[in-house]
Amino acid sequence: MKISHGISALPKSPTGIKGFDEITFGGLPKGRPTLVSGGAGSGKTLFGMEFIIRGAVEYAEPGVFVSFEESEEDLVANFKSLGFDLVQLQADKKLYLDYVHIDRSEIEETGEFNLEGLFVRLGFAIDAISARRVVLDTLEALFSGFANQFILRSEIRRLFRWLKDRGVTAVITAERGSLEGGLTRHGLEEYVSDCVIALDHRVHDQLSTRRMRVVKYRGSTHGTNEYPFLLDEGGISVLPITSVGLDYAVTNERISTGIPRLDVMFGGKGFFRGSSILISGTAGTGKTSFASQFVYNTCKNGERCLYFAFEESSSQIVRNMRSLGMDLEPLIGKGLLRYESVRPTSFGLETHLAKMIQIITEFTPSAIVIDPISNMINVGSGYDVKIALMRLVDMLKSKLITSLFTSLLQAGRDIVDEHVGVSSLMDTWMLLREIESGGEANRIINIVKSRGMAHSNQLREFVMSDQGIEFVDVYTGPAGVLTGTARVVQEAREKTEWTRIQREIERKKRDLERKRLVTEARINELQARMDSDQEEIEKLIQEHQMNSQTASQVSTQMARMRMADTQE
Amino acid sequence: MSDKPPIKSATEAFEKALNEKGTYILKLFVSGMTPSSLRAIQNIRDICQKHLAGRYELEVIDIYQQPELGKQEQIIAAPTLLKKLPAPLQQFIGDLSNTEKILVGLNIIPKTPADERKD
Repeated sequence: MKISHGISALPKSPTGIKGFDEITFGGLPKGRPTLVSGGAGSGKTLFGMEFIIRGAVEYAEPGVFVSFEESEEDLVANFKSLGFDLVQLQADKKLYLDYVHIDRSEIEETGEFNLEGLFVRLGFAIDAISARRVVLDTLEALFSGFANQFILRSEIRRLFRWLKDRGVTAVITAERGSLEGGLTRHGLEEYVSDCVIALDHRVHDQLSTRRMRVVKYRGSTHGTNEYPFLLDEGGISVLPITSVGLDYAVTNERISTGIPRLDVMFGGKGFFRGSSILISGTAGTGKTSFASQFVYNTCKNGERCLYFAFEESSSQIVRNMRSLGMDLEPLIGKGLLRYESVRPTSFGLETHLAKMIQIITEFTPSAIVIDPISNMINVGSGYDVKIALMRLVDMLKSKLITSLFTSLLQAGRDIVDEHVGVSSLMDTWMLLREIESGGEANRIINIVKSRGMAHSNQLREFVMSDQGIEFVDVYTGPAGVLTGTARVVQEAREKTEWTRIQREIERKKRDLERKRLVTEARINELQARMDSDQEEIEKLIQEHQMNSQTASQVSTQMARMRMADTQE
Repeated sequence: MSDKPPIKSATEAFEKALNEKGTYILKLFVSGMTPSSLRAIQNIRDICQKHLAGRYELEVIDIYQQPELGKQEQIIAAPTLLKKLPAPLQQFIGDLSNTEKILVGLNIIPKTPADERKD
């Protein structure tokens, strides 16, 4: 093991292949050979050619493409269909094509030899256009041309050294080994020690998925996972979704659910922007309607939404939502809303994911809907689906795109069981159910979880009308939330009860009033009695005073008359 | 066929071959004057003089001097002897020390079952 002492990072040659430079943090090791191994049709030649063409066009590094399998004419024709004009590039001295024809039936080995002819050709090609890049596709063809493996191997070893000495960034392709663990059929990996990339093309349940993995990259960090990649009109697109990780920034900004009373249940403001939302429910519970209501509202606020419909065509959704009072057509017309309808079984899971990422990157929506993810399970095992979704969710979160997933629940199956994998990826989980009671089915919703916010734990009944989804008032009874007619019955019952109590109160009030009147009458009577007593006492006092005065006067008069005392 | 010499020269060579029945047109490509190159030159000269006297043309080319011929003549190994005519085109690589193999390959002596290739 070498220990780096602050030496500047390994110089790298950007390939220009979408996503590849991200997973290798800059491209292929500059001035060194890289081995690209893969089975038939795994995209080795395209990888090599795209490396050369993008190098020539985008990075001003002319390249030599040595083909051991396809003739120049074939290469020109094949890459024309991918939009690359090899003839023009050759004329501009940006590209040098050399087809090395090896036919065992024409070759006799008659003694000691070396591959100097190939070296001279290669050197001539490099000098002709001052090439900085070289692709050898597929060098292993040499093994079928020469019987003397001993000479061949030492010459290949010399070739790799020679390429390094020339300072060209080289890509050598090789067939994947048929044996388990064998990266290449002829063990070329033992000569290339700097960088090895494996391409894979697997078919599972009749669906093909292409994957790429950086097996080793000496002196550099790199993503170690298998990355799905696409081959299309634009060449190779690697989707480094696993490289996202969990270090994304979050926001406290909220985004409305599109249903005011549902917003209230989420603390009055709705979902967090950039969060992942799962709406699961049995068939016909209104998952698509909830999703559409969200999309409709978001688009109305002038934000772009992307809707992946795996079950219905866009026109069907537009028609159906019109009955809920949502006119989605003008939003599509304005370019705010985009539908991508595709059958999940059309592609493999990874390809689906890759295409979705490609569309998302191109359309840059602020919210996406995947309706439903349960259909994805058809094209992958539960674990694969979880991994794929995890990558998708991580990628969306890093871009602060709110994602809403719907999931169909099988009636009669345990929801926890069914969502064990998926729900942990979700920040918010809403459950739609039909409750059967009294001979009818009514739809209810509840929030199973919502990370990072206070939310209502109330089961709510909702109805779908031409006004959209409407939440109705809550009626709870001993058996839980009352819905439908049971709610109406309860409502009526409560109304009767209320009336009865109202009457009772009225009656009691009247009683009281009566009592009050009686009491008041008695108080008046007593008061009157007291008043008359008082009057009598006062009268007596007055009389007594008068009497005593009179008596005094009489006595004085009598004394004077008798002249008993001398007074005055 | 992969080698594409200018049509004119091929036609000429073909006509020439028709005229002088059984004329061998041989090209030996070597990479500089290495011991193996020298051995190859010596070996083919010996074979030609011994078996093809008067009915061969041999050209020795140093690919270092004319690297552009490498692509044109589909040269990979060195030394390489090209038998342009008579048809079919044949490549002999190595220092041409295996005389019997060359004689068989050049159709000078008939093939023996031991020389049949399995692949």
